[in-house]
Amino acid sequence: MRNTTALLLMGCPEVPVQMSLVLYLSGTLRDKGVEVFIAGNPAALNLARVADRKRCYLGRMIEIDRAIADIVEGRRDFSMCFAFAHNDAGITYAATVRALLPESKLFMIIFGRNAEELAAVVDFDAEKLVERAVHNPLGLKKKIDEVLAWAV
Amino acid sequence: MGCIEMLKPQVLLRGISFKEAREYIESSCDEYYYFQPGFKLFGEYIIGVPPIAVGIMKDGSVVFPYTKPCHGTFVLKHRDEAEAERVRRLGREEVMRSIKRR
Repeated sequence: MRNTTALLLMGCPEVPVQMSLVLYLSGTLRDKGVEVFIAGNPAALNLARVADRKRCYLGRMIEIDRAIADIVEGRRDFSMCFAFAHNDAGITYAATVRALLPESKLFMIIFGRNAEELAAVVDFDAEKLVERAVHNPLGLKKKIDEVLAWAV
Repeated sequence: MGCIEMLKPQVLLRGISFKEAREYIESSCDEYYYFQPGFKLFGEYIIGVPPIAVGIMKDGSVVFPYTKPCHGTFVLKHRDEAEAERVRRLGREEVMRSIKRR
């Protein structure tokens, strides 16, 4: 699995569970030998950097629109992508990655107060992990663990 | 700040879903074309749920969706006749390609 690369696509960082799950997922993937790239807007990236100043868990950090440009221009490819979404914009970014990387495994981690409604509008090929989580990451952590058991 | 924001385009709609942006462009523009995500417009790759509708107005303005993680989707309008012509040309090529695939 050493050649496996994963993109973690962060959404707007306003919902607390996202950062906790990004750190957890990144660290777990790295433990499994996966090369991890984390994309987000500057606020999300800074939250991650401050939370993990010694880089125990995080992979390489990249601004989200730069990540999209790198994929379009063929500079980067990912065998799997985990897209975090708690709003329509998160779904939109995930759909973009789905279209740009049709061969990669796409996992959508959908959370927030409207998680079920958001999940219902996802009509592209993706494995959905859905939970009405805002502050408590444990339900989604369990679902991530189940996915990692067979996906990596 | 991205290239598009530096253009200071007119904001027609803000805080909407991507689907609403597509429906607005389809119903309000003089002509419109569909593209796949990653289509380059004003120097930036456009994010979106395919198909992405990009509109053109008679005055040479381009009307397009623009998504940011914390602000949702906007519909922006910017007058640039050369870019409008490029959208028209590539949009027609995209239509021809989709016809050939059938």
